[in-house]
Amino acid sequence: MKTIVGKVVVLGHQGVGKTSTVIRYVENSFSQHITPTVGASFFSCKLLIDDITVKLQIWDTAGQERFKAMAPMFYRNANAALIVFDITLRQSFESMQGWVFELKQNVDNPMVLCVVGNKSDLAKNRQVNRDEAIQYAKSIGATYHECSAMHDQGVGLVFDDVARGLIRLLGNSSDHNLKVYDSENIDNIMANSSELEATDTGKEETVNLSINSIAHGNTVKKCC
Amino acid sequence: MSSNLEVEPGAASESVLVTTDSFDNFDHMSSSLEEIKNLNALAENDSNVENSNVENFDEISENLSINNEEDDFVQSKEWACKNKHVFVLSMAGKPIYSRYGNEDKLAWLFGVMQTLVSFVQSNEDTIRSIHAGDTKFVFLIKKPLILVAVSRTQESVNQLCSQLNYVFNQIASVLTLTRLNKIYEQRQNYDLRRLLAGVERLIDHLLDFSEKEPSFTLGAVQCLSLASSVRDNISSAIVGACSKIKNLVFAILLANNKLITLVRMKKYCLHPADLHLIFNLVQASESLKTAESWTPLCLPRFDASGFLYGHVSYLAEDCQACLLLLTVERDVFFALSEAKQRIVEKLRRSNCLEAINESLSAKEETCIVAGFPELRHYLYKCKSTAQFYQPSLTPPYTKYNERLTKLYKRAHNLLHCSTRPLKLLFEKNSDEAILAWDTRGFELYVVFEPLIDTNSAINSVGRLLNWIKKREEKLFHLNAPTF
Repeated sequence: MKTIVGKVVVLGHQGVGKTSTVIRYVENSFSQHITPTVGASFFSCKLLIDDITVKLQIWDTAGQERFKAMAPMFYRNANAALIVFDITLRQSFESMQGWVFELKQNVDNPMVLCVVGNKSDLAKNRQVNRDEAIQYAKSIGATYHECSAMHDQGVGLVFDDVARGLIRLLGNSSDHNLKVYDSENIDNIMANSSELEATDTGKEETVNLSINSIAHGNTVKKCC
Repeated sequence: MSSNLEVEPGAASESVLVTTDSFDNFDHMSSSLEEIKNLNALAENDSNVENSNVENFDEISENLSINNEEDDFVQSKEWACKNKHVFVLSMAGKPIYSRYGNEDKLAWLFGVMQTLVSFVQSNEDTIRSIHAGDTKFVFLIKKPLILVAVSRTQESVNQLCSQLNYVFNQIASVLTLTRLNKIYEQRQNYDLRRLLAGVERLIDHLLDFSEKEPSFTLGAVQCLSLASSVRDNISSAIVGACSKIKNLVFAILLANNKLITLVRMKKYCLHPADLHLIFNLVQASESLKTAESWTPLCLPRFDASGFLYGHVSYLAEDCQACLLLLTVERDVFFALSEAKQRIVEKLRRSNCLEAINESLSAKEETCIVAGFPELRHYLYKCKSTAQFYQPSLTPPYTKYNERLTKLYKRAHNLLHCSTRPLKLLFEKNSDEAILAWDTRGFELYVVFEPLIDTNSAINSVGRLLNWIKKREEKLFHLNAPTF
């Protein structure tokens, strides 16, 4: 039996429900009064799809502008990216483009992209047309899902889709950096810490202050 | 008032905390991140190209939608009647933060504040405070920001200044001082709020926190009461799991606003003011409870120029103590995550988790239980370790906690005012008697029943010091373990 370990990064504007979506999936719970994520949170979960175990290592990043400089640390070497927006907030949809642009510029290896419109329970306040979102997702080679973390609608499908995407990635391309193991016993396999690239922290972090441009000019080294 | 103690309770040969009295500025940062990195000879000089991007700082004007409710609030009596307002603005007068009300609606007020500051500055002087009746207007100018408190509480100018300093440090802690300076060098008119999205919440919490907690007034931290063997076990579990991880600077375990242990890299100490910011962050961020987090964090008194990276997690579902592992490396999340697992396993096996839980649920003894019926409450601060101890509250202060805080703040001010600081204070009124005593080794603030006479007060202070001395190993973190 095959096991795939994939690194997933969750990106998006602040307050769109990145953490809520991940927690709904991983712990099946929801809290109205969740505080903003500090830095980034790490989750992991396992899915079984057609005899293949897919282990997702999920980096749920903070949406606040001040943490933007950290993002490359998490999307570098990622195998999949969930880009989340809030269907009731036009601005969050538009700021997605910044993330997509940044990913395209900085990540060389193929990646599963998934656009997620959250808060579908508030569809009556919708500011982003479903067709428009689908079209946008298509244009960047991503799948599109709408979900409601609050009402637990469609969240499972998102992650299922990511896992299937990873399996396809494994079959289709040769330059992916997915880790594949043939045994089931992978509990002792932790992601290598070198996945995060060291930089000089004694100096101040230079951060991109605009959503619409590239944050880091570093090229991404291919891993293992 | 002589006591027969040779060394004050809670004193230790080495302290985990920096013990300066000055909370004012960064003039004496205790350490340098550079130094740590160089010291540990990080061979690979990863010359990460820092693209200093001077891009279009497109203004955010979306959320300037006029909201009448907000308008009404800042013009309302309710807003004007708040006990303490705190404002932060840039040197150019741009609003950054207002404790109450939307700062956009207060642009006129920020203009007035900026004018006052620059008017006095034009005479090569600095405005510190304005006193109007029982209202104090306190200004703190920390380039590139101006901080203002307008207070009707009876706190002194120094105490208000210290709170403003905390607010400044909180801002520096999320951005680093270097970056803050650079932003304004590049553009004086920058709207900092865009980078501080979500930080208002931390500042709000910090202000409430610093008004309530004696730790801020005292410049000290309280430890969770634990048998010294348990605390040592916990420390050595952390040392054992982390000793091989390079460049780990601090490991901090805390619960319920109390320090359980702090393990540090040799030569480096943490300033209590930085620890207070950490306590504030942990308390204000419920989201840390959901998963392991990895976050940059600048400790302004440690090194205001750069970030430390913190692995933050709660020990276990059944033990709500928060562990922070702070390092200068940004790529060691998984190594620290593994170390945390090892720590938890070890603590579970040695029953330390249970001991922590027990202490958390037991609360501190009240004065009556400890055998001091004439005492209502006290604060004891050991100066050389920057730690303090207080018993649990008893009536009437369980209900009138604010009153107690006010008493302590007033006494603290009398002992520390710059003009004529007192060494010893004993005051009686119809509600209570308070004794405050500042010695070389400790500060003590004791609230008595109002009818107590001087002799018995002195007597019980002597007994109290002995009582604390006997329990110092349990009440204080006396060892200063290092990696």
